[in-house]
Amino acid sequence: MSSLDSAQVARLAGLARIDLTAEELDRLSGQLNAIVDAVATVSEAVGDDVPATSHPIPMANVHREDVVQPSLTNAQALSGAPDAEDGRFRVPRILGEEA
Amino acid sequence: MSTLTYESALEKYDPVFGIEVHVELNTATKIFCGCANQFGSAPNTNVCPVCIGLPGSMPVTNEKVVESAVRLGLALGCSIRESSRFARKNYFYPDLAKDYQISQYDEPTCYDGELEVVLDDGEVVTVGIERAHIEEDAGKNTHVGGSGGIQGADYSLVDYNRAGVPLVEIVTRPIEGTAERVAEVARAYVATIRDIVKAMDISDGRMEQGSLRADVNLSLRPKAADGEDQSAVPFGKRSETKNVNSLRAIERAIHFEIVRQAGLLDAGQPVHQETRHWHEDTGETTSGRSKEEAEDYRYFPEPDLLPVEPDAAWVESLRGTIPEHPAKRRARLQEEWAFSDLEMRDAVNAGALDLIAATIAAGATPASARKWWLGELARTANDAGTSLDGLAIAPAQVAAVQAMVDEGKLNDKLARQVIEGVLAGEGEPSEVVAARGLEIVSDDSALEAAVDEALAAQPDVLEKIQSGKVQAAGAIVGAVMKATRGQADAGRVREIILQRAGVNP
Repeated sequence: MSSLDSAQVARLAGLARIDLTAEELDRLSGQLNAIVDAVATVSEAVGDDVPATSHPIPMANVHREDVVQPSLTNAQALSGAPDAEDGRFRVPRILGEEA
Repeated sequence: MSTLTYESALEKYDPVFGIEVHVELNTATKIFCGCANQFGSAPNTNVCPVCIGLPGSMPVTNEKVVESAVRLGLALGCSIRESSRFARKNYFYPDLAKDYQISQYDEPTCYDGELEVVLDDGEVVTVGIERAHIEEDAGKNTHVGGSGGIQGADYSLVDYNRAGVPLVEIVTRPIEGTAERVAEVARAYVATIRDIVKAMDISDGRMEQGSLRADVNLSLRPKAADGEDQSAVPFGKRSETKNVNSLRAIERAIHFEIVRQAGLLDAGQPVHQETRHWHEDTGETTSGRSKEEAEDYRYFPEPDLLPVEPDAAWVESLRGTIPEHPAKRRARLQEEWAFSDLEMRDAVNAGALDLIAATIAAGATPASARKWWLGELARTANDAGTSLDGLAIAPAQVAAVQAMVDEGKLNDKLARQVIEGVLAGEGEPSEVVAARGLEIVSDDSALEAAVDEALAAQPDVLEKIQSGKVQAAGAIVGAVMKATRGQADAGRVREIILQRAGVNP
């Protein structure tokens, strides 16, 4: 019942910007399929009367008030950045990708 | 490729469009952290571990964002989901440091609405709303080197002040049947959203500052033969034009896309399903990335945030805060105020509607409120390069000045001086009147003395009046007004002159 072939894993790796060799793709396909199978087994155990959930804890509406809290200083914000310029994070050029 | 005109394209093809509007909420803080939601700060000064995506930081939802989103959903006629949740939209682009955007996917907070859009001639088009979901805005990239665009840039600089600013994205259903009015409907739809968010005070709604942004989807399909059902013809492939950021640009982008797509179809070429970029300078769109291959965001439920479950009673109480539909309000006010179409349009375009309404509420007549805001005050605002609501005068103060005019305490000229004083920060109208000594001279004995003096100085005029040339009295009125520095009621002065001359008024 596993369904991921190595072409699909290669696509996922591409989306995640992870460079994998053919050998790694094969190995990871096997591992990912084991995970997919495990999840499928759990799905079988769940009846229709159990609603899907994204959280293990029965809580909702944990909100905060709309009150401004201190931010970092510009120097603090940039302190962990590999590179910065004009108070901004400097990043390598972005090739052909746009949000 | 053949080039059709816009009109001939619409004779052959039926346009179907949809719009995604992003509304930036004007909350005090960002959506998932306590950083200030502020436009124009120095780069990376409204940032914290949450909005620059530092490991271990945890988002917590701003309750005001939920409130604003639910209110907006209600204003759009949406159902409010009992339980909605956030999802991660994964993509690699440095405008978000986490490499994902927190958005909503399969359980948006607001869904299934509809909005009536009123066109200039009063025709009403109902636009279906598929969903209105909550998400975070991204930071701002500046591309350095090369041409300044993404292509060929040497590197990019990122400011995360905008990252985490709350957004509501409103997505329409496909809008069919607008035919030659397609561009007009699209524009009116976005204008209506803008008017609603401003009336609700949940967003600045300023397209030029990016606090309201629109993406326009458009496709063409062959026009159905006479008697055939147009809606039975399948949709064509659509393009999605991003960041069309003015009402005018929405119309222009739709014009361009209709002509472009019709040209392709006429030449037997396919229209690609793709993202396109709008260029304000040339009025054209250009191809971005292809949708099929690029759009794989691997959404999954956001594990760091809990579901949003608005209490039903609270939602109902918010329903009571939803303002009247802007177009319906305008129609109602126009009728109540007895404004002509032109007068109403001027008032709307000047952004004076609320100011006029408040001035009337403070006691002025509609005509006098309009006269002040679209006359003297509009000129002042124009000279100062500000908007009417940026002037240092309140509707109640305008109404107070007008009340003094109505009571005969001020004439128009003096009233303008009082307004000027209020604008200059000299206090309330009554204080300006007292401080500047502007009250009209209504003491008859003082006026009589001034009239006598003027008549004595110009005996020939007195003779003319007495011989029947009543209009000659104007010279004496002028002299009296001058003597009283404009602080006399010209009508009363005239009466006194005629009495003195022994002529029946």
